[in-house]
Amino acid sequence: MTGRQKPAPNSGRGGRYVLRVAGLGYLALLLLAPLSLVFWRTFEHGLGPAWGAVSNPAARHAILITLVITAIAVPANTVFGVVCAIVVVRHRFRGKGIVNALVDLPLALSPVVVGLAFLLLYGQSGWFGSWLTEHGIQVVFALPGMVLVTIFVSLPFVVREVVPVLREIGTEQEQAASTLGASSWQTFRRITLPAIRWAVTYGVVLTTARALGEFGAVSVISGRIVGKTETMTLHVQERYQAFDYVGAYASAVVLALLALTTLVVLNVVRREEPRGDRAEPGHEAVR
Amino acid sequence: MVEAAAARPASPARPGAALAQGFVTAYLSVIVLLPLAAVVWRAGDGGRRRLWEAISNDQALAALKLTLAASVAVAVINAVMGTVIAWILVRDRFRGQSVVNAVIDLPFALPTVVAGLTLLALYGPNGPVGVNVAYTRTAILLALLFVTLPFVIRAVQPVLLELDREMEEAAASLGAGSLTILRRIVLPNLVPAILSGVALAFARAIGEFGAVVLISGNLPFRTEVASVYIFGRIESGDPQAAAAISTVLLAISLAVLFGIGGLRRWATRYERA
Amino acid sequence: MRSRRTIAAVAGAAVVFAGLAATRLQPAAARSTAGTLTLVAYSTPREAYGKLIPAFQETKAGRGVGFDQSYGGSGEQARAVLEGLKADVVALSLEPDVTTLVKAKAVPAAWNRDKWHGMVTRSVVVLAVRKGNPKKIKDWGDLVKPGVQVVTPNPFTSGGARWNVMAAYGAQLRKGKTHAQAVAYLRTLFRHVVSLDTSARESLQTFMAGRGDVLLAYENEAIFARQKGQPLDFVIPKATIRIENPIAVTTRGKSKAAATAFLKFLRTPAGQRIFAQNGYRPVLRTALKGFSFPVRPQQFTIKYVGGWTKVEKRFFDPRKGIMVPIVAKR
Repeated sequence: MTGRQKPAPNSGRGGRYVLRVAGLGYLALLLLAPLSLVFWRTFEHGLGPAWGAVSNPAARHAILITLVITAIAVPANTVFGVVCAIVVVRHRFRGKGIVNALVDLPLALSPVVVGLAFLLLYGQSGWFGSWLTEHGIQVVFALPGMVLVTIFVSLPFVVREVVPVLREIGTEQEQAASTLGASSWQTFRRITLPAIRWAVTYGVVLTTARALGEFGAVSVISGRIVGKTETMTLHVQERYQAFDYVGAYASAVVLALLALTTLVVLNVVRREEPRGDRAEPGHEAVR
Repeated sequence: MVEAAAARPASPARPGAALAQGFVTAYLSVIVLLPLAAVVWRAGDGGRRRLWEAISNDQALAALKLTLAASVAVAVINAVMGTVIAWILVRDRFRGQSVVNAVIDLPFALPTVVAGLTLLALYGPNGPVGVNVAYTRTAILLALLFVTLPFVIRAVQPVLLELDREMEEAAASLGAGSLTILRRIVLPNLVPAILSGVALAFARAIGEFGAVVLISGNLPFRTEVASVYIFGRIESGDPQAAAAISTVLLAISLAVLFGIGGLRRWATRYERA
Repeated sequence: MRSRRTIAAVAGAAVVFAGLAATRLQPAAARSTAGTLTLVAYSTPREAYGKLIPAFQETKAGRGVGFDQSYGGSGEQARAVLEGLKADVVALSLEPDVTTLVKAKAVPAAWNRDKWHGMVTRSVVVLAVRKGNPKKIKDWGDLVKPGVQVVTPNPFTSGGARWNVMAAYGAQLRKGKTHAQAVAYLRTLFRHVVSLDTSARESLQTFMAGRGDVLLAYENEAIFARQKGQPLDFVIPKATIRIENPIAVTTRGKSKAAATAFLKFLRTPAGQRIFAQNGYRPVLRTALKGFSFPVRPQQFTIKYVGGWTKVEKRFFDPRKGIMVPIVAKR
């Protein structure tokens, strides 16, 4: 969203420059300079070491595990997100406030606490621990636990993007369709879904970014089994601690490139949005 | 739109509705409610005295104090700089503006541990500019500012866009200086949005782990934030203490979110009449 | 409409591809024929095992055995095993961490009733300093000189830190000090500590990142850092403790034969030599040939300071240990 306006006629020239310098300077020092340095450091010894750092088995497995977790968490949260948004906006039932609060909760919770929570449930000494051990099911220190925490932390985004759009478009079209004889599934598929598609896409992009970047919760619950439960983020930390700075930076660059791709897609989606000033991350956060 | 939010009640003739509600309830219960209940329960498991011990010991209190202080500082800085940056993105025009606008979301998309690493590269011991803030409280501030950058900006931008310029122009034509216009017309309209963004930034900051853990040194009593302390308690085999502090953090987040939400609703009460 | 379908198609294809890739690109371990061993170890021997495992897999006993490995702080790893982390072999930093597992019946009580007493490597606590030793640090007394900054991990989360503390304490006893005086030294020492990381590897990081003048570390960590080109030197003080690292086969592992064979390999000359190449002192005397691991005159073992059971209770009990106020009130 680059909604621009005519520069305010009455803000003095000096004032405008001051603001511009302050704002851009802040961004440069905080964001751009550090990131450029990482890219530089990754490639300053040439492409070879950088490529070696991400093509060795441990790194490859880390990328794979990260992608697998994301590939499970994102569709799950997308389906949930759409259904939940419809339920919250279109249905009437008691406890809507609780649903809203629970959906927003992952945004307010430290990821370490999330890891702890799942450890307390599914760890050996947790609530379900003995039942799981008896049946030989491994949740913590294995992929299922990591998928669960990733679902938790990336849960809100699709819901929060779709809800305001659903509210805004209203039910006229849906009601019209149902009086014309369409079943609820047909109405959903041909009226509702197309109307929210950009909101859903936006939410999916945010969910994916969050899932790819998860670190705190998986730190607690992964067991760091090399090649099995080491995600890319854990791999970055591990390489840094082994003094393999090129390895750490190279893996960080992979993650950063994925993040940049997310940004690009976000911007493409924004531009396709029919309305000019749509909800941004952080907008309409508190209800 | 005159249409109210809850338009169509679920009627018994539509089994799909019940299924949908059931699915939502089940999903939320298993994924969110149950784990949280486990944490809160574990915090109290062992009696009130142990809970109090866990919360009131020196190291935990130091971690909480540092976390709160840093998060408040970060919230304030974001309120100011976020508004400034939103302003220059909406009201100003310069080359590269759309790139800058796109880049704002980067901290949101970038993994936190990578954020910590990038800050360490520039402002740490091997940084090219000779500035070394690693293992200091400044490092914590930097890391938190990085990850909370988009919140206020993205909250203020749409509001700024929609702001009706007529009032400002009218005031200018009546002789008001730009500072007065800013203070009495623009800012009051922005305050609810700024508060929204600040609430989210604060909630994010008090829980931040990945960006802080590499860069802060995690020194107890000096640079150890609450999330790192909780992590330490888990790794030390003291999940009860970890759960206790987690519950405190959660309570603070919720209080802030609801408090600021209430404040927003109060500030915008006339818009909804 | 078309763009939506394209997005859906691409997403679906990505998921399918990821799923296929996940099944095809299994780590070599999963394709093994003689079983897979999960090694859960403390943080520092990662590189060593990186070489030991392939060497083992070339022996008759190790052919076809796959490996999963996990590395982290010694105490953390022990607790992870208690929480359900599957392990066939646990290689930890110090005996008490294995004892916790024995108490929980995760490791058999007879684990150390062999001629090695359950140990697989040795080391000593050293004082790691900046290259060239600018502050001329030679012994424990230099650590408490004004202005000297010390880095050590937190004794309550790191096994390595416990070795450090007992080395410092025991060295004072060796010098003829009383228990009270030795504890007073510890108190002064910790007032010089500027960073308390959770594991030995992390405190090495901190030191290399520029924090502190001297790092209390395992000798093998210091050697590892030097091998990686890090600018540090180290001093072995006259009085220091001999570190012994245990290894054990777990009770709940599935491939006990392979695990036992692995442990046997680790103590053969070939295995011990690989450890020595990575900076560890071998437990097998003959493997020492060709390596320089000086033994200082006042070197002592954990028995000198009372043995781990006594020491754990006295110094490191999380509520009443001697180290609790010392660490907290730095």
